[in-house]
Amino acid sequence: MIYRESGQYKTSYINDSQIFPIKQDRYAVLAFIAFAFLAVPFIATPYFFSAILIPFLIFSLAALGLNILTGYAGQISLGTAAFMAVGAFAAYNFMLRVPGMPILLAFILGGVCASMVGILFGLPSLRIRGFYLAASTLATQFFVVWCLTKVPWFTNYSSSGVITAQEVKILGFHFNTPEEKYLLVLAIVCVMALLAKNMVRSTVGRSWMAVRDMDVAAEVIGFRIMRTKLTAFAVSSFYCGVAGALFAYCYVGTVEPEAYNLDLSFRILFMVIIGGLGSILGSFLGAGFIVLLPIVLSYIVHVTGLPNSVTSNVELMVFGALIIFFLIVEPHGLARLWQVAKEKLRLWPFPH
Amino acid sequence: MKLKFVKALAVSAVAATTALTGALATAQEQFIPILSYRVGLYAAGGSGFFGGAIDYFNLVNANGGINGVKISWEECETEYAATRGVECYERLKKKNGGATLVEPLGTGIAYGILDRLPADKVPMTTLGYGRSDAANGQVFPYVFPLITSYWNQAAGMIKYLGDKSGGMDKLKGKKIVHLYHDSAYGREPFPVLEAYEKQLGFQLIKIPVPHPGTDQNAQWLQIRQANPDHVILWGWGVMNAVALKTAARVGFPREKMLGVWWAGSEEDTIPAGDAAKGYTTMTFNTPGNYPVIDEIRKKVYGANKGNLSDKDRIGSVYHMRGITAAMLWVEGIRNAQNKYGKGKVMTGEQVRWGLENLNVDEKRQRELGALNMFPTIKTSCQDHEGSGAVKVQVWDGKAWKAVTPNWVIGDRAMIQKMVAESSAKYAAEKKITPACLPG
Repeated sequence: MIYRESGQYKTSYINDSQIFPIKQDRYAVLAFIAFAFLAVPFIATPYFFSAILIPFLIFSLAALGLNILTGYAGQISLGTAAFMAVGAFAAYNFMLRVPGMPILLAFILGGVCASMVGILFGLPSLRIRGFYLAASTLATQFFVVWCLTKVPWFTNYSSSGVITAQEVKILGFHFNTPEEKYLLVLAIVCVMALLAKNMVRSTVGRSWMAVRDMDVAAEVIGFRIMRTKLTAFAVSSFYCGVAGALFAYCYVGTVEPEAYNLDLSFRILFMVIIGGLGSILGSFLGAGFIVLLPIVLSYIVHVTGLPNSVTSNVELMVFGALIIFFLIVEPHGLARLWQVAKEKLRLWPFPH
Repeated sequence: MKLKFVKALAVSAVAATTALTGALATAQEQFIPILSYRVGLYAAGGSGFFGGAIDYFNLVNANGGINGVKISWEECETEYAATRGVECYERLKKKNGGATLVEPLGTGIAYGILDRLPADKVPMTTLGYGRSDAANGQVFPYVFPLITSYWNQAAGMIKYLGDKSGGMDKLKGKKIVHLYHDSAYGREPFPVLEAYEKQLGFQLIKIPVPHPGTDQNAQWLQIRQANPDHVILWGWGVMNAVALKTAARVGFPREKMLGVWWAGSEEDTIPAGDAAKGYTTMTFNTPGNYPVIDEIRKKVYGANKGNLSDKDRIGSVYHMRGITAAMLWVEGIRNAQNKYGKGKVMTGEQVRWGLENLNVDEKRQRELGALNMFPTIKTSCQDHEGSGAVKVQVWDGKAWKAVTPNWVIGDRAMIQKMVAESSAKYAAEKKITPACLPG
């Protein structure tokens, strides 16, 4: 009844091509973003910022990066964590070796380095696809972590290969408290999500989807396969690289290359699969699911008063069961569930 | 977008209710968060260590607490993962009047919370792992690598090998293989081993084993060809048992193998079966039985409050490490009470002072029922380690036995110099002015 688009006419091309064509959606999203920026810093606790919101946003960004590659361009990748590592270590080295380097530029340069590595390791995608490509991106994962631990220059000759993120300072303002870091991460994620949303609606995004759906057909109608696939790798790795840098600078602070291991790549892949392939919103939903569910579960099993050795295992079992349940009930992910709910809501209360 | 919002609300509701119920718990208790891991790859070590710590807490509480102050704790499962550990730390640090200290028993988690400690005023102990240079309390006021670090352990290893060969100068021209887990952990002792290589003139061969280390045929082939005098096994998890089995298969004597302490527990040797017999490792506990362990058996397990489900593991290597850790924490709190008021609940800052001014000598160890169970410890602002001594133990096929009657100490002056250099670099990067915190 409330959620209805009757009477909303689109009279110009600009109106027609809005991100949220329905007025209610638009207001809800704007209100939500305003809430995240203006209200959340005052109501959330430090625990909430540093343990839930910041990791959630960072993982959303990484999932978004992978979703561009896997969901939109159809190239499976198991090297997400490696691109994150490149972003983090590159940003660290730029900050360390270039005096007066602004931190935001370091994040961007970190992302650029990651996208160069992405292009390099995306080259095999021109010849191989599917599971074979997944196996070859696995090589990125191992090569990058190996390289970061083998070449001491990357870690500034730290004997154990651990780097400590420098202080985050923009225009003389220090980002020290969890609230400030949250706002910084939120701003970066918002801008990058908006960019991604527009990118996938533009020629670039359409060419990715054409290649994903059938690359021979895409080639026949005039898309250059090499350029399309490699831009997908470059953009995706850029997002992952920035996410990796944020992971180091705004979340954990001190990182060893091992933190960006295959496990992390898989976690981000799960986020994309559960959230919904080929959906920007899905990346956020998936990250929320994978980051929050174990925490909520551990709270729930904690209050039941079972011994700890049991609760730890129950949590894992429930988590696994829920993932299988979701994949069977809705293989297209949470984003699809959301879409179905919206379609139902449009007809409510008089479905025909 | 909306669903995310609803989810966030739901989670905040859950968090708020748990926070409320937590606040209602008794305030007159010394709260210690336990960031344990009981599932996943490293569950065997985690359940033993944290089980030991909790057993000791139960013992202290059964005996009336610390000058009447009972210890309370809450567990949070980290699965040994850095992100989970950080979440657990953040969840528990303000609970029940605030965390008074924390021990994650995982390098990744320790790094993840390292930078948060000074702001939260929560001291962290890292028994036998973590940053070796954190021993410098002027740069790392809230980090305590108590007893000994990786660097001192590596120095202790070389000292032991030297003594075994009949003098440090006898190591000249010998071949020592460093077979290590290819990670930050395995590379941590490099600077120490390399410094000794130059100083003593032995040949150091470094052979990495990629994680998880389930196949080491190539590495052991290389070791057989090199035919070294000693092999240092710097392994972790399944890698240790595989190394022992592969050594047996290629016929390399286990007596020449010296493991790191994370390669020296029942969980490492029992899976290797007979192949582990005669294998030696470092340790910071003297294996055996002690009055305090008997007391735990009687008062804690007798009252059915024991944390280990398998009673055979009482007094095992990991269990004893957990007891040792808890004993040192309690000593730190007791020490703080002596200064700031007996019978009061201490804050994290006060416990930090207590840990910085620990003095657990033999007399105190005897009172605790743990004479010689771990080396004597005397900490200061300059030395957050307090000892640096290690011991060597051998697996006789059924149990660990101490090899060296006395505690082995390597070249402490050299290690201290390295700690100073490395921590100075960290201080410069983080723009910290090294200084002792006032009591």
